Amino acid sequence: MERESMEFDVVIVGAGPAGLSAACKLMQLAQETEQELMVCVIEKGSEVGAHILSGAVLEPTAMNELFPDWKEKGAPLNVPVKGDDVYYLTGEEKGIKTPNFLVPKPMHNEGNYVVSMGNVCRWLAEQAEGMGVEIFPGFTASKIVYNDDGSVKGVLTGDMGVAEDGSKKDSYMPGMELLAKQTIFAEGCRGHLGKQLMESFNLNKDADPQHYGLGIKEVWTIDPEKHQEGLVVHTAGWPLDNHTEGGGFLYHMENNQVSLGFIIALNYTNPHLSLFDEMQRWKLNPKISQFLEGGERVSYGARAVNKGGMQSVPKLSFPGGLLVGCDAGFLNGAKIKGNHTAMKTGMLAAETIIESIKAGDIANKELSLMGDKYKSSWVFYELHKTRNFGPALHKFGTLMGGSFAWLDQNIFGGKMPFTWHNTTPDHATLKPAVDCTAPNYPKPDGKITFDKLSSVFLSSTNHEEDQPCHLQLADSSIPINQNLPLYDEPAQRYCPAGVYEVVKDEQGNDKFQINGQNCVHCKTCDIKDPAQNITWVTPEGGGGPNYGNM
Amino acid sequence: MKILVGVKRVVDFNVRIQVKADGSGVTTDGVKMSMNPFDEIAVEEALRIKEAGNAEEVIVVTIGPKAAQEQLRTALAMGADRAIHVETDDEIQPLTAARILQALAEKEAPKLVLLGKQAIDDDNNQTAQMLGALSHWPQATFASEVEIEGDKATVIREVDAGLETLSVDLPAVISADLRLNEPRYVKLPDIMKAKRKPLETVTVEELGVEHVAAVKVLKTAAPAKREAGIIVESVDELVAALKEKGLI
Repeated sequence: MERESMEFDVVIVGAGPAGLSAACKLMQLAQETEQELMVCVIEKGSEVGAHILSGAVLEPTAMNELFPDWKEKGAPLNVPVKGDDVYYLTGEEKGIKTPNFLVPKPMHNEGNYVVSMGNVCRWLAEQAEGMGVEIFPGFTASKIVYNDDGSVKGVLTGDMGVAEDGSKKDSYMPGMELLAKQTIFAEGCRGHLGKQLMESFNLNKDADPQHYGLGIKEVWTIDPEKHQEGLVVHTAGWPLDNHTEGGGFLYHMENNQVSLGFIIALNYTNPHLSLFDEMQRWKLNPKISQFLEGGERVSYGARAVNKGGMQSVPKLSFPGGLLVGCDAGFLNGAKIKGNHTAMKTGMLAAETIIESIKAGDIANKELSLMGDKYKSSWVFYELHKTRNFGPALHKFGTLMGGSFAWLDQNIFGGKMPFTWHNTTPDHATLKPAVDCTAPNYPKPDGKITFDKLSSVFLSSTNHEEDQPCHLQLADSSIPINQNLPLYDEPAQRYCPAGVYEVVKDEQGNDKFQINGQNCVHCKTCDIKDPAQNITWVTPEGGGGPNYGNM
Repeated sequence: MKILVGVKRVVDFNVRIQVKADGSGVTTDGVKMSMNPFDEIAVEEALRIKEAGNAEEVIVVTIGPKAAQEQLRTALAMGADRAIHVETDDEIQPLTAARILQALAEKEAPKLVLLGKQAIDDDNNQTAQMLGALSHWPQATFASEVEIEGDKATVIREVDAGLETLSVDLPAVISADLRLNEPRYVKLPDIMKAKRKPLETVTVEELGVEHVAAVKVLKTAAPAKREAGIIVESVDELVAALKEKGLI
């Protein structure tokens, strides 16, 4: 079918820290070199920030480079980190504070800021729009548009007004092609187009498989007496066992709010593990609950993060486009931070494009300069330095691995002459359900811990009800015939939004039910399904969570 | 003929409302704001009337802070021709809103003023009625169907007893109910075009309207939390439990 199209110099997919930094940097460089540049950003969330979920403690390195005057411009970096506590939790009741000198160096937070990345992105979007960038929230990039020679030509926005059965409703509006000389993919972790690009262009042939974690986060308004603005708390240990990687965070933000969450590596092995319930019970430890008692939970959400580090970074360029931020995977697992590297790689993409324009025509060309820029940037330097941090935790467990990490980072400065690899993808790590014991999770108390549905409610998630399901099964029999007997269908427990259920049909047979309207777009199912049978595709634009200051 | 449509910036309907700790209102910081859904229906209806050849121009107006221009741009992207922003940071109550709209109606001389039946933030459902009274124009509220024929509008309204069909002389005030239409999706090129459509800013004072706050909000509170229920085994037990609570 013939589609309408619009042409730009650069199309950016995703208005997160990477995409917006790329947009800002492009306009700055275009102004410096006095050229007209048409740049547009499309964002699947109903507004900029609606799908942004991050801790977050922001290291301001990239922000300083992008907007040296960010303070005067009013960037919402209002809370400098004032305290930095790390606890090793030994059980439900106990935790030991780790002395500062024993904490691996990358985990120190002096000079950083406690922020809401959603608000930082809203601010970045204002800056970008002020410089002439077109930002279109509520529009998904549903497909990649290719040229005949196989190079990327742009993206196709999703059709609107399609009914569940695929028929066109009265409100039907076909998607349109957004064409560009270069398309920057900045969808965040496990972007659904990024995943296709990796396959089409074999971008990760020289990299380890990407590794992931799921972060589940809440924002609370707490008793002002207990609030210590700028205090940053991290925990390791309980409720996870020594061989399940993960940990918790609790950051004191502005206005008597705290942002807290728990990240679990998706290479966990016990299919009975419920990520949501682990997060809920973690809050019961007094090191956390002391802040929450008497407070009110105001927001909830979840998002996968990539933590493969240097070893998992794919090739960043291909004919017609570039990968930036978490779509490629620049999170520094040792620092537990990826916003600064996301921003920086977005800026590197902008520099790559502008410098390549000087050298000649960039339309649908592969700009391999991007890879060189990454290799000579501080992003590569810090990922290289911390390259063994993740694998050490994976190889030796939290305690021994943590000790290695301390030695590696604090004594050797990341310069040990070897690089460890982890080549098992996260979907291939589950053990059969019969070989594992199911954890016994406490019932929600309605004060500190809550059930899944009342949690999803706080994410303000909404999808148009009458639309095709955006969680697609390649083989609809696998969940019941294969995953259920083998792994007790783990989707029921890794999904933090209650999307997947095994229910009985009228005949009393097991049935796999997908409640797509609950989906908070975390992408965990796409990552962890042991059969790799679930594909996350974009729902109708504007659908998904409506996060405020997450 | 011209159609004047009023739109209001409100907290998005998907957002879970949070009451401020001091009870002075609800939190709007960092909260997604949108066009009041009933107003969106009103804009859609105006556009359909224009597309049917029964109007030449659709003018959208909002009263509110600078940020409310976002909602005007949305209406322009949907297809409205131009916009008027009555800029104020004050809280505007229905009577003031109606007076402002009356002043604008005198200036612009539309044949039809279309409004949402109520805003989802304060649920007042008063502005259209007040505007009708102030202008001495006929009013047809809660419209679920509107048809324009010459100098008359036929309006079907949803009332408790069913449907009521009215015929009103134009100029008139019509307020839109939920089932009047389903607003269209906005197209990307139209969002870009909307940025270049005319948007005029005026103040309440320039329109010669005096700001009145006839109603004072004393307190805003969240609904009481629902208490946990109990599961009963039999009808007898249910009856006993209801009796115990004094409900039967």
